[in-house]
Amino acid sequence: MSGAEVTKSNSQLIQKAMISRNYDRITSGECKVSSTFVPGNLNELLMCFDIANNLPEINAIQNAMRKKSGDMIQEAERSGHSEDVCTYVKADIGMMAKGNIAPNGKPFRDPDMLLLSYSGCFTFMKWFELLREQYKCPTVMLHVPYAADGQPTQNMRDYIVKQLKDEVIPTMEKVSGIKFDIDRLREYLRKSAIAENNLVWMLEQSKRRPSPIDCYFGGVYYMGPIFTAFRGTDEAIQYYDLLRLEIEDRIAKGLCAQTLDGDMPEEKYRLVVEGPPNWTSFREFWQMFAEAGAVVVASSYTKVGGVYDYDGFRHDPDHPLESLADYCLGVYTNRNLPTRVDMLARNLKEYDADGLLINSIKSCNSFSAGQLVMLREIEKLTGKPGAFIETDLVDPRYFSAANVKNRLESYFQMIDQKRRAGGFVTGIAAVGA
Amino acid sequence: MRTFIGIDLGSTTTKALVLDENQKILGRGITNSRSNYDVAASVSKQEAKIGARFTLFHQALGDDGSVDVLLANLERNFRLEQFLAELVQLETSCDMYLDHPRFADTKNALREALAAVFRQIELEAPAIYAPDANRKSDFFRDIAGSRFMSLAEKVSKESGVSFDALLNIYDKSILDIEAMVSTDEMVAKQLLNGLSRAYRDMGGVNVSEAEAMVTLQKVLALELEETYVVGTGYGRVRLPFPKEHIRSEILCHGLGAHMMFPGTRTVLDIGGQDTKGIQVDENGIVTNFQMNDRCAAGCGRYLGYIADEMKIGLHELGPIAMTATKTTRINSTCTVFAGAELRDRLSLGEKRPDILAGLHRAIMLRAMSIIARSGGVTDQFTFTGGVAKNEAAVKELRQLIKENYGEKTINISAESIYTGALGGASFAHRSVNN
Repeated sequence: MSGAEVTKSNSQLIQKAMISRNYDRITSGECKVSSTFVPGNLNELLMCFDIANNLPEINAIQNAMRKKSGDMIQEAERSGHSEDVCTYVKADIGMMAKGNIAPNGKPFRDPDMLLLSYSGCFTFMKWFELLREQYKCPTVMLHVPYAADGQPTQNMRDYIVKQLKDEVIPTMEKVSGIKFDIDRLREYLRKSAIAENNLVWMLEQSKRRPSPIDCYFGGVYYMGPIFTAFRGTDEAIQYYDLLRLEIEDRIAKGLCAQTLDGDMPEEKYRLVVEGPPNWTSFREFWQMFAEAGAVVVASSYTKVGGVYDYDGFRHDPDHPLESLADYCLGVYTNRNLPTRVDMLARNLKEYDADGLLINSIKSCNSFSAGQLVMLREIEKLTGKPGAFIETDLVDPRYFSAANVKNRLESYFQMIDQKRRAGGFVTGIAAVGA
Repeated sequence: MRTFIGIDLGSTTTKALVLDENQKILGRGITNSRSNYDVAASVSKQEAKIGARFTLFHQALGDDGSVDVLLANLERNFRLEQFLAELVQLETSCDMYLDHPRFADTKNALREALAAVFRQIELEAPAIYAPDANRKSDFFRDIAGSRFMSLAEKVSKESGVSFDALLNIYDKSILDIEAMVSTDEMVAKQLLNGLSRAYRDMGGVNVSEAEAMVTLQKVLALELEETYVVGTGYGRVRLPFPKEHIRSEILCHGLGAHMMFPGTRTVLDIGGQDTKGIQVDENGIVTNFQMNDRCAAGCGRYLGYIADEMKIGLHELGPIAMTATKTTRINSTCTVFAGAELRDRLSLGEKRPDILAGLHRAIMLRAMSIIARSGGVTDQFTFTGGVAKNEAAVKELRQLIKENYGEKTINISAESIYTGALGGASFAHRSVNN
């Protein structure tokens, strides 16, 4: 099955072209380039200075899906990076050591600046320290306080706005030679909010039975433009309009979720998934779900760039810098564990899921710390069974297909068994039982 | 009669178990998993059906105390018959390899040498299956292999025939034999011959040979219908079964443990390359589980490497560890580093039994971590899998459970290796009867 041609929708093809154009822009030498990260990225702000957005994690993912990351990681390990280091970092370092070729086949130019807009992942900071050493370019590290009490405070917001005004914007002005225009930012944020509304509509369609979309594997595609270099652009608005039409069409036809191997014939299990996917065996991993009739109706990974559905956040043109601050603060992994538990438990209830599956990533402490505690807590809150699998982001050595399949099959059969025994009730009625 | 069969294809051994209509265990069978799961499944199933014939034979003869003596003698003599039949097949296979052009010049000498080896094994065979004989393994490959090695060495020295050539022929031939599955007819013949052989030197049995023979023939005439077969275990996807006949080993171990000990709530299974912590409810339904990731650290295979490194048998590890006067602290249960860890401790002057005690503790510490992740230990606790046979492992486990969870009932069945197969057979029964 894995050898068959991949089935892609129009929106996926359009997104592919968008990504490709962005790589062409990054490698063209015709504009300034900033390297930055997905969580809490400040794309609209970069756009105000005509700075192109290059995302090292996305490069690592692209390389993983093209089966190139394994060699890159080994290259980084040869230069002294430990096996335990985040594999996104090692894939990036290895890519640089191997000529720093972008996925479009052209060499990356040295970035003109490094912009860290989410400091919740300590590895990000260390990663950018390495890049700063390499490129010796202006580097801005926006400090985003951890929302330890669940909700960000006004002080935190003010603190970020102050950093934006005092550090981030002046550096961008200096790098680009363009003066900051807040009205230009407002316009981009207005466009962001339009796309974000469609995005949230899309996320909520998986409440339907059958779900017309998969919100983890499929979700990766649906989230692409909003979390990368396109939020705030007309292209993103058009992409989400088209995606909406495609999903509406699927709903009208009563189709189950679309996969890379076509539509799922039936929907037997509805899952909520916590944690990033594995990228090196992405299709094989997805097939394990789809072949069993399992669809992911909600996932935390689709909130990794920013959270829109939980507390209604949208970029706000009337409060431009404040809403950028809120976006950075609201990133999923910047939320404390009780909030993450509440988010996932709510997903289980509202999306009428059979249970929670955690894909724990061996080299990502940012996501993995506390996951087992979350699992137990969510089981208790919802009465629904949880399961735990372990893979990695982009290191192919850490994907054991037999082991993952064994656990998944056990989990699906466990759900079956509970259904048959009558000790398992799907839906909101089960909560508190 | 209708039977329900579970087959557990482990990475080291393959187990099968046959249940009757009333979920009573009729027979169990085990074989080495080889590299061919289809054959391993068929062989273990045939072995379990042989076990079922013994059970039925016993039932037909009644409860006379002397029947146990008869059964024990039949078992030994049947195994001897089986061994001799496989030995003939092995010799035939070896003979065929002699036709290879590379042996053109030495064919006759090799044939004579092989004949000498096989005649000697035949002579020794009754002693291997004598009442008080201590066999290190019940698998043909192990028994025939070890005798072949030692006899071939001797014969080659005496005759000047190349020992390597003999070994090479054996290595090829044993693979052919391992790919063979006994038919029902072959089994019936071996059982009947075994019974005759048993009566040659058996006293104190009240059943006459004629009566026993008629009864056994009746039992052999009974069709054991394979009403439903469920496959589980590491190699389950390789079974030529429809998808609905394949069950996860985690669910099978959970249900199997419940069938053995209905009070079970927590199960620890340590197999060749998996360690699983499983929580089950009062119906044997799995509510939670955790298992090791792709790394087989601290699993049965780890003990295998340690045994190889120490040049001792796997079954000797536990008894040696039990003689320890202290427990050496072992940091890693990494299979890759097993040898290095061992040599490191030996070089520091630690004693072998103490190191082995430490290794067993390290394995159990890792297992305890997996159990904790699955939800901890709830009364009753059942330990399954091949490692449950290791007394040193069990000792460490008891201690760690007491330290971490207090006094708990710990169940270990002598037949714990069949837990997954029992769960599979129960699923088979449920598939038809529920």
